Amino acid sequence: MSVDKLKQIVLGVTTVSLFLMSGTALADYMNVLNLTEGVTPTSKMVYDLHMLILYIVTVIGILVFSVMCWSIYHHRKSKGAVAEQFHHSTAAEITWTVIPILILVLMAIPATKALVFMEQTGDAEMTIKVTGIQWKWKYDYLDEGISFVSTLSQDSNDARQVGSGIDPNTIENYLLDVDNRVVLPIKTKIRILTTAADVIHDWWVPALGWKRDAIPGFINDNWTYIEEPGIYRGNCAELCGRDHGFMPIVVEAVSKDEYAVWVEEQKSMQLAAAAGADKEWTKEELLAKGAEVYTTNCAVCHMAEGQGMEGLFPALDSSAIVNGPASEMIMQVLNGKNMMPAWKDLLNDTDIGAVVTFARNSWGNTVKDVVQPSDVKAMR
Amino acid sequence: MSEAVLHDDHHDHKPTGIGRWLFSTNHKDIGTMYLVFALIMFFVGGAMSMVIRAELFQPGMQYVDPQFYNSMVTVHALVMIFGALMPAGVGLANWMIPMMIGAPDMALPRMNNMSFWILPFAFTLLLSTFFMQGGAPAGGWTMYPPLVLQLGDGLPYLVFAVHFLGVSSIMGAINIIATVFNMRAPGMTFMRLPLFVWAWIITAFLLIAAMPVLAGGVTMLLTDKFFGTAFFDAAGGGDPVMFQHIFWFFGHPEVYILVLPAFGVISQIIPTFARKPLFGYTSMVYATASIAFLSFFVWAHHMFTVGMPLTGELFFMYATMSIAVPTGVKIFNWMATMWKGSMTFETPMLFAIGVLFMFSLGGFSGLMMGITPVDFQYHDTYFIVAHFHYVIVPGIIFGLMGGIYFWLPKWTGNMYDEKLGKLHFWSSTISVNILFFPMHFIGLAGMPRRIPDYSVQFADWNAIISLGGFAFGLSQLILVWVVIKCVRGGEKATDQVWEGAHGLEWTLPSPPPFHTFTTPPEVTDATAHS
Repeated sequence: MSVDKLKQIVLGVTTVSLFLMSGTALADYMNVLNLTEGVTPTSKMVYDLHMLILYIVTVIGILVFSVMCWSIYHHRKSKGAVAEQFHHSTAAEITWTVIPILILVLMAIPATKALVFMEQTGDAEMTIKVTGIQWKWKYDYLDEGISFVSTLSQDSNDARQVGSGIDPNTIENYLLDVDNRVVLPIKTKIRILTTAADVIHDWWVPALGWKRDAIPGFINDNWTYIEEPGIYRGNCAELCGRDHGFMPIVVEAVSKDEYAVWVEEQKSMQLAAAAGADKEWTKEELLAKGAEVYTTNCAVCHMAEGQGMEGLFPALDSSAIVNGPASEMIMQVLNGKNMMPAWKDLLNDTDIGAVVTFARNSWGNTVKDVVQPSDVKAMR
Repeated sequence: MSEAVLHDDHHDHKPTGIGRWLFSTNHKDIGTMYLVFALIMFFVGGAMSMVIRAELFQPGMQYVDPQFYNSMVTVHALVMIFGALMPAGVGLANWMIPMMIGAPDMALPRMNNMSFWILPFAFTLLLSTFFMQGGAPAGGWTMYPPLVLQLGDGLPYLVFAVHFLGVSSIMGAINIIATVFNMRAPGMTFMRLPLFVWAWIITAFLLIAAMPVLAGGVTMLLTDKFFGTAFFDAAGGGDPVMFQHIFWFFGHPEVYILVLPAFGVISQIIPTFARKPLFGYTSMVYATASIAFLSFFVWAHHMFTVGMPLTGELFFMYATMSIAVPTGVKIFNWMATMWKGSMTFETPMLFAIGVLFMFSLGGFSGLMMGITPVDFQYHDTYFIVAHFHYVIVPGIIFGLMGGIYFWLPKWTGNMYDEKLGKLHFWSSTISVNILFFPMHFIGLAGMPRRIPDYSVQFADWNAIISLGGFAFGLSQLILVWVVIKCVRGGEKATDQVWEGAHGLEWTLPSPPPFHTFTTPPEVTDATAHS
């Protein structure tokens, strides 16, 4: 039997069973049945290997289950079967030891080839570093000096709160959308380093064909070569705390020219942001900016109204630190404490100055003073 | 021997009141306590999985905070593994091993009492964390640092609960080894032991080898958190991945600690209802032993994505694939036992055949995940959730339930209600497949595990899975009803109970007197199991 014929049969069986379940929206289900083929040489290799093994175990399964069913049907007492009393056959036992070994060896050969291919991380044309942080991803383009943080998009984040009343079906790419996408060039061998700042995360974009743990204190190297432009979505795949389910990944693969344009844009944006630290800001400007920064970065733990979460995350409302000297609060934001990350690597001076000002002027907090970005810059 | 039994019957005075249970040194009473405890924990852990499936029924967060959801995922696993599966296996061992080998009781009866009574205390420690600052453990049952170290006041309770469970298991294992090695009846040689006893000897050695490793690992978590060590903290020269190596060096043998007793039960049931001796007894013993041995060399297949060197990944891939061989031998031997038998399909046999089919499904997906490059996609998705639940639920739990139906008439002296038993089997089988089979699809399509909410393309399958889950949960109430009904009365069981049953336990009256085989029986080839 040819592999194509077999494919048809497997597909047919699956279709029929799906039909039993629901006559409608068959196409939708078909997208949620199997591994993606992906858009890299690795992912295609992995997909082929996956299908090969799936076919092998399906054939073995059909054979073994058929024999069992035949026996259950024919060798039953109600059909007058009389039990034979044999309990040993060296020939049979050798057969069903040797044949599985041969099948396993056949499977191990392509698997070994694929694994060796996947581990060739050398000769990369560019390198990015991915850092997992509870619960966001930071990306550093090591060759271009670009870095930014990527978090769950605001509309998904609003909808995913317990009892939000927002129907997830109305949100585009619910839980699979971010504020800042990772932009990568196609047809380029890209080395992707994964690490983490707090606990173990795992960076996974199915279309690239692999996932790899991001481990605090260690750097794992991986590579990819994206063949087609497009938007590829993924998730954190290693349980990393309360909001593990809410730190998606969005890769936008573009042509090399578009990538060059994007790089220039990012560089000028980062320059502009750095310049912001030297200017004098009004209180209104800082409060508006701070509210934005707070919602994106801080509300996930300290909650929308600064009330925190009993036993897990301290409240900012009426907190001794928020209402204490500004310098101590800035130091804690910059360097982090316990589960709180060191924000100096994640936010610029303007953002930190704004959010500190915002917290000190919000809820029941009484200090109501202004912290300038230049104050933060001075303390770095 | 019948004279000895009658003599026992005559003086069959059991202790009365609560003292009978608190101070029990009787293997049958302790076995009963283990089984009842396991059943209670099965429902406690099951209730947690109902919370999980309710939250996942629809996209969006409906009922619980994500942190509490993570606690449900974590404690569900701990309760099911350490509270339901392991004690159920030990309960069957306590009841059956002395009766199968012709011993009057376990070799170390007081230790037997202690290893049971540690369990309620350990689970009180574990479950009390729900009421503590910071909540119950929420970092997964695998307790990976640094995440687990973010747990609040519950961490030492988690660690000490694991210590207690380990002590209990090790004492139980020592007891089983001491009993089988020293208290076999005359003529009961090792190669005449029923396969269930063999499965348990091997399991007991696995327990003694694996549990101290886990205890060491969690102790290092404790000192990292409270005494300033840095075993798993890279900033202090440690390595978070080292914990994973330690954990899975325990964790993979643990899989076989759970599964081998269930395999042992299957090996008793199938020959009985096929009315034919077990095929390939010797190769069964060797296959079981080699599975156990190999289980110490495959641990890193649980952590292919941590970034091991190529040679490490290749070694663990080949080692993992090789386990398929002895496992296949066992499946083929069971099939050959059924072949040309004269089969009837009472409830225990239905459960055993269910295991053959559905454990094999779990085996196939296990083989797929053993292929390292493909596992980079499968890892930490619902595909693995489907895999290990197929192994554990219609594999191990069905095996243990088959054992309960198989021996219930012997224990109580009454036949259980066959109609209800079959209803339990069929409703469980149908619902368990609705529950776990679609998980393969959503896993392959990209749904990560341990998430409280998901993107909407997974919504339809998750609704179906949840319905299967609720149906499976409800089906288990039938089991409770069958057991209660059987204990209270019913058609009287004969000594042999099943037409095709052979072995020492079936020569005793049903129910057996409080003390059995006070005079050891003589075992010959004719009266031996196989």
